[in-house]
Amino acid sequence: MAKKTIRTIPQDRTLMPVQDPAERARNFAEVALGYELDAALNESERCLLCPEANCVPACPVAIDIPGFIEKISKRDFRGAYDVVADANLLPAICGRVCPQEDQCEGVCPVGDTLEPVAIGRLERWIGDMAIAEGWANLPYTEPNGFKVGVVGSGPAGMACAADMAKAGCDVTIYEALHRPGGVLRYGIPDFRLPNEVIDAEYANLTRLGVKIECSTLVGRLFTIEQMIDEMGYDAVFIGTGAGSPQFMGIPGENLIGVLSANEFLTRCNLMHAGEFPNYDTPLHLGGRVAIIGAGNTAMDAMRVALRLGADKVHCVYRRTRAESPARVEEIDHAEEEGIEFHWLTAPVEILDDGEGNARGMRCLAMELGEPDASGRPRPVPIEGSEFEFEADTIIYAIGTNANPILGQTSDLKLNEWGYIEADDTLATSMAGVFAGGDIVTGAATVILAMGAGRKAARSMKAYLGIRDSETVYRPAQSGSDGKIFGIDAEERNFTRIRAA
Amino acid sequence: MDNRHEAGFEIVAREDFSDVTFLLEIDHPLMAKAARPGQFVITILHDHGERIPLTIADFDRERGTVTLVIQAAGKSTREMQQTCRVGTRLLSVTGPMGEPTDLGDVRKVVLVGGGLGVAPVFPQARAYKENGAYVIGIIGFRTKELVFWEDKFKACCDEFIICSDDGSVGIKGLVTEGIKRAIRKHGDIDRLVAIGPPIMMKAAAETTRPHGIETVVSLNPIMVDGTGMCGGCRVKIGDGIKFACVDGPEFDGHEVDFDDLMNRLQRYKADEKLAFEKWSEDCRQQLPEDSDPAAAGPAASGPERQQPQVDAGMFDGTYRMGMPKGK
Repeated sequence: MAKKTIRTIPQDRTLMPVQDPAERARNFAEVALGYELDAALNESERCLLCPEANCVPACPVAIDIPGFIEKISKRDFRGAYDVVADANLLPAICGRVCPQEDQCEGVCPVGDTLEPVAIGRLERWIGDMAIAEGWANLPYTEPNGFKVGVVGSGPAGMACAADMAKAGCDVTIYEALHRPGGVLRYGIPDFRLPNEVIDAEYANLTRLGVKIECSTLVGRLFTIEQMIDEMGYDAVFIGTGAGSPQFMGIPGENLIGVLSANEFLTRCNLMHAGEFPNYDTPLHLGGRVAIIGAGNTAMDAMRVALRLGADKVHCVYRRTRAESPARVEEIDHAEEEGIEFHWLTAPVEILDDGEGNARGMRCLAMELGEPDASGRPRPVPIEGSEFEFEADTIIYAIGTNANPILGQTSDLKLNEWGYIEADDTLATSMAGVFAGGDIVTGAATVILAMGAGRKAARSMKAYLGIRDSETVYRPAQSGSDGKIFGIDAEERNFTRIRAA
Repeated sequence: MDNRHEAGFEIVAREDFSDVTFLLEIDHPLMAKAARPGQFVITILHDHGERIPLTIADFDRERGTVTLVIQAAGKSTREMQQTCRVGTRLLSVTGPMGEPTDLGDVRKVVLVGGGLGVAPVFPQARAYKENGAYVIGIIGFRTKELVFWEDKFKACCDEFIICSDDGSVGIKGLVTEGIKRAIRKHGDIDRLVAIGPPIMMKAAAETTRPHGIETVVSLNPIMVDGTGMCGGCRVKIGDGIKFACVDGPEFDGHEVDFDDLMNRLQRYKADEKLAFEKWSEDCRQQLPEDSDPAAAGPAASGPERQQPQVDAGMFDGTYRMGMPKGK
């Protein structure tokens, strides 16, 4: 086959069908419908299969991207899944929620001239196929006698748990809420990440032998120290997320109708408040909803509010669209659905209706000034620009702080902002205890948390003296069972080292 | 940890104190071991249920159980009253949440429980007693029929006062009457702990304020996760905002903005009424006439959503302080 060049590949990025904006703004079905076979094959042809691909190091979990795309183009779909699953146990989730434009797709050389290869869409497609086909990439593992505890069942915890289970450890995940998934469950709404996708990809974890204990608040029910000293854990990973919502500290924030995006999304996604009173958790959404902030969480909150029947949903952000930290696709989708954006607008007070309810906000218009510490232009208030903005539900999505519980209940060293201090290997101040994800870095993304979980797993294996391997088990494609004593001779990563 | 909770948390004992107040003892050895006075749990009845915070009323490390005292006031707690039996399971009992009580080196302490608040204040009374403090217990109920745990509470106290709104038991009057008597008699009270409806805790704090007695209250705002994640339970303490679930639930009663708390407890009032009415209607259709749960009492007018660790229903008239309800 002749080498592909930028001139020979399909020039246009293959479109992904989406639900009609007017229709979808009133339902919770998935917005982006995913590729069909032809679309996926067409898009796979657009990859130049770079020998030293930029996209692989740009992926926080280092998926062999050209490797899996090549297999798609050769119609070896199971092979493609195996390549992805090597690095990422949750392709259907990550294909949906990763900010690919800032990662793999952002460095794709095709993007220098044309639109970059739609890596995320292909990953999602292969992940969805694996779910539909019931594929699971289960390595042969030999129990090594090590017991590993994971605190938090979000993306960081699950990635760490998967790697440790593959290495032969006996892994238990503890989750404080009554259902697993962390932010994937309580934070990201169904129309962006359906619960069935979470359930399906999590089922792979349990197939690996990972146990998940819900309704277990580590720190309070037992401490990290107890896990090591009394419960027999050889190593512990902490991936509890950032979680504690920020408010602005302006007057009126305690009025009825003002809530955090975390509360709003948890009520809706985890507790099904949208189906009240068939579900017991209420929401009481107003007709005119304002969301403060313009990150992914803000976009999710806006679009949930719209779907729950708000007449009008507004986004209030003190910078502009260009500085918004949200995925571009989410802002596009929100705009198409009729969210009204008020860029360069900052609230300074929440107004009382006289009966303890919010009736609106007093806002200031802003302009962009010199770059601040984050590198983004600092928003500067325009004097005399005060105006009133009507809203009966006001949702804060301006970021999170560190959750205090593990700090309160253990001797783990924290940094000045309350996040857990971890070194380059993600080891904490306590021997055998590792931490990663938002509880170390502050709020970031699902895929960065997964990357941290995998990195911590590598360090944990080194700490426990378990041999690490870059390769994972690939099921024999031939159909013949070439196993000797139940061990596949081709398989290079089964664990031979046992606990002393 | 064993997998005994996979299918939920088993109820091993139930006791009914009155038409509205009942006790559930739940099998949870780890929680029994971890629980300390002042902490609470979040319970979920079933997979359509809400997360209801309830203060731990007792824990038995040998039996491996924790005890909750619940007042059937709104939809969820009435449903619990109707469906929770020995041998049935709650979907979730998570905790123990919140910072435990700091007993400090308190030598003389007054413990005040209003209505259902008697339950959460009990483990504190026991802990102070065990710690060697002189314990003055004051409990108050609307009327004699609602009294529970009088003997159990009394057993931890060096002095004990019971009050009732209608005078049917003990002193006729509010718990503040009892507090005033205790203050008159003892000039060396180190601390007063008051747990009950916000209006009662506010009154208790105002009673001690002129005397400069340290006053601890346990707050019961509406919350969802109970782990510091939603911020729904934020309360004004002095000039700052605190999350009751992780920073509390106990705070300095002289610093708490009770009016703000009471306003925020009204958040879902209309929804609660709706949920209760719908549930009553569903029950009516399912059950024989004479077991209509709505006949058990008046419709809840008060917030029960995610309610109060302490007083699932103290706004509905089952407990009154003789003050206007709500704000």
